[in-house]
Amino acid sequence: MSSGQLFNFVTIGYFAAMILFIGYLATHSAVVAKLATLFAYAGFIVQTYAIGLRWYETYQIPGGAGYAPLSNLYESVVFFSWTILLIYLLIDLRHKQKSVGAFVVPFAFLAMTWAQLRLDSTISPLVPALQSNWLTYHVITCFLGYAAFAVACGVSIMYLIKVRKEDNPSGSPAGGIVGIFPSAKILDDLNYKAIMVGFPLLTLGIITGAAWANYAWGTYWSWDPKETWSLIVWFIYAAFLHARITRGWAGRKAAILSIIGFVATIFCYLGVNLLLAGLHSYGG
Amino acid sequence: MGAKQRGVLGRIWDFFCSLKLTIFSLISLAVTSIIGTVIQQNLSRQEYLRVFSEKTYNLLDQLQCFDMYHSWWFIGLLVLFCINLICCSVKRFPRVWKIVHNPLLTPNKQVLKTFSNVDEQVVKGDIASVTARMKSFLSQEFSAPRETEKAGEVFLYADKMKYARFGVYVTHLSILIIFLGAIIGNIYGFKGYVNIPEGGTIDRIWLRNGQIPLPIDFSVRCEDFSVSFYGNSQRPKEYRSVLTVIDKGEVVIDRRPIVVNDPLSYKGLTFYQSNYGSAGDEVVLIKVKVRGEDKVDAFSLRKGAVTELANGDKIEIEDFAAAFRNFGPAARLKVLPKDGQPRTVTVFKNFPQFDDERQGDYVFTLVDFDQPYYTGLQVTKDPGVWVVWLGCALMILGCLVAFFLSHRRIWVVLSEQNGKVGVRLVGSAHRNQPGFELYFDELKNKFRDVLSKD
Repeated sequence: MSSGQLFNFVTIGYFAAMILFIGYLATHSAVVAKLATLFAYAGFIVQTYAIGLRWYETYQIPGGAGYAPLSNLYESVVFFSWTILLIYLLIDLRHKQKSVGAFVVPFAFLAMTWAQLRLDSTISPLVPALQSNWLTYHVITCFLGYAAFAVACGVSIMYLIKVRKEDNPSGSPAGGIVGIFPSAKILDDLNYKAIMVGFPLLTLGIITGAAWANYAWGTYWSWDPKETWSLIVWFIYAAFLHARITRGWAGRKAAILSIIGFVATIFCYLGVNLLLAGLHSYGG
Repeated sequence: MGAKQRGVLGRIWDFFCSLKLTIFSLISLAVTSIIGTVIQQNLSRQEYLRVFSEKTYNLLDQLQCFDMYHSWWFIGLLVLFCINLICCSVKRFPRVWKIVHNPLLTPNKQVLKTFSNVDEQVVKGDIASVTARMKSFLSQEFSAPRETEKAGEVFLYADKMKYARFGVYVTHLSILIIFLGAIIGNIYGFKGYVNIPEGGTIDRIWLRNGQIPLPIDFSVRCEDFSVSFYGNSQRPKEYRSVLTVIDKGEVVIDRRPIVVNDPLSYKGLTFYQSNYGSAGDEVVLIKVKVRGEDKVDAFSLRKGAVTELANGDKIEIEDFAAAFRNFGPAARLKVLPKDGQPRTVTVFKNFPQFDDERQGDYVFTLVDFDQPYYTGLQVTKDPGVWVVWLGCALMILGCLVAFFLSHRRIWVVLSEQNGKVGVRLVGSAHRNQPGFELYFDELKNKFRDVLSKD
């Protein structure tokens, strides 16, 4: 079976996990939550294998020297959804807040759906600019960071829903989908923890990118739109980290900053390639 | 007057130390940085006027939006950011230094009340023996304590990972170091380029936006340049230049191949494979055989050059294509006989029998061709780059320490209480309170176990 077919199963697995997590919000049933987590794990394991298989496949094409499958938009979107699941499952192991899955797994599902339906999955050998080990380090660190920000964004959306409910309890009776959310305090803490993981990874991603640029072009920083947007994202999360220790900026404002940060992250990742010109244009 | 002035200065100082300013400058930097990604930077006036009206162009030009990352207001924001960084670090650092090197050994009741992780037990026995038990308890479970006596009470103080408190300052310092590296690079470094035709030697390079070349104190020869593709596709596989460096007449680096992602460095200058181009017409290798004879002559010909054959007839390459339709390399030869009309013959590299089948008096074959290239090299000198890498390393280190390590402090306060000994356990962590609470709860249980044993 080819990696492409396996990725289809992964997409279906994440779809099932997403629906079950949403079902868990409605039913509060522990069995549904367990099943959802099971699908998430199954999808993740199959995806891990499929990425490995695609890596193997890069050696099989005529003249293929083989490369880590992180070199074009399709491969990066697939890898992005894998990192989202990785970070989510790690947080789930530690904090066991099943309702978070309903707000994080959809990102991974959307990414896989987009990759499978719309993106070009051809395996093409690397052009000279990409023939570097820095590619692997750079992409892995960046996307682990992005994934942590995706989790933080999902948790922040939950936070905003939760505090709105707490401020305005006259709505539905206790319970509903919000009833099973962790407390606002835990959500705020999870948001912070996810960004605490993502920020050093993003920093490392920018640094490995700079090191690579210096090695390939002789300049570690050239204000290329991709570089600039990664710095914009860095500024936003740096502001977030300082906002949390400032009176009046914690809680709701921090959650909003976290969501803005993820929107900027997505723009840095996709918007720059699709809308702006620059050195990363081969990524599209 | 003096007090008032101090008040104004104090307020200015507080302004530059404030976290609000940090958030303001970070968000301003984020928002303004967008401009330069939407408006392409450093284009010519003509190119901008294709997009903007004259009026808009002048306004944007005055605001330095066409080179915004070097504009006065963007640099100003960066300077503000750095001043803020320095001020708040200077303000907070001495206090943190004191906490680390001169810890609070004997906190009074008010201070102890501010900590939320507390446990208190009253046990039988005398202070000295309970103190001894507590000392070994702390040494075993946490770290070796320091003992201080004050007003009849005994204070034990122990801490762990006190240097974690410096993580933030290392991170802040790293940003300044990176800026320093960038400034060094800007002052003492340069970015340039040079094109070298195959076989050519250069001892000067061109700076970006420079009008006159910059001499360098050695010379570089391009021995060869080649470009290869994957299979028969147009997808490039490798751009390779073979360079030789000659310093004071001596070859110091001999025929070193450089490719994209593998540059050559010598005397602080680094040469990067950047682009390439054709340096004149292809040299075509043609073999000529007179029909019926065995002798074969080979000629290397350039387009337009006329060559005389042994019998006085002449040939000329009229045209050459590296890819003629689907047939591959092809040359159109003009044969100019001593007497008679000139005629043209087409030969294909991939079909060597083609001309033989024409049954002419000459049999031509196109053996091969060589495209002379020039290699385009980026040349940079940046003595600040190692400072930048040092800053980057410190930033990662600082972030990890600041986010994942925490300075934990434990006090045990023992006092005489009606013939018994009151023992108070107090803990504090400088970050990750929930994690510390869990840790403290465990420690508390062990603390009670130890005290309940007689």
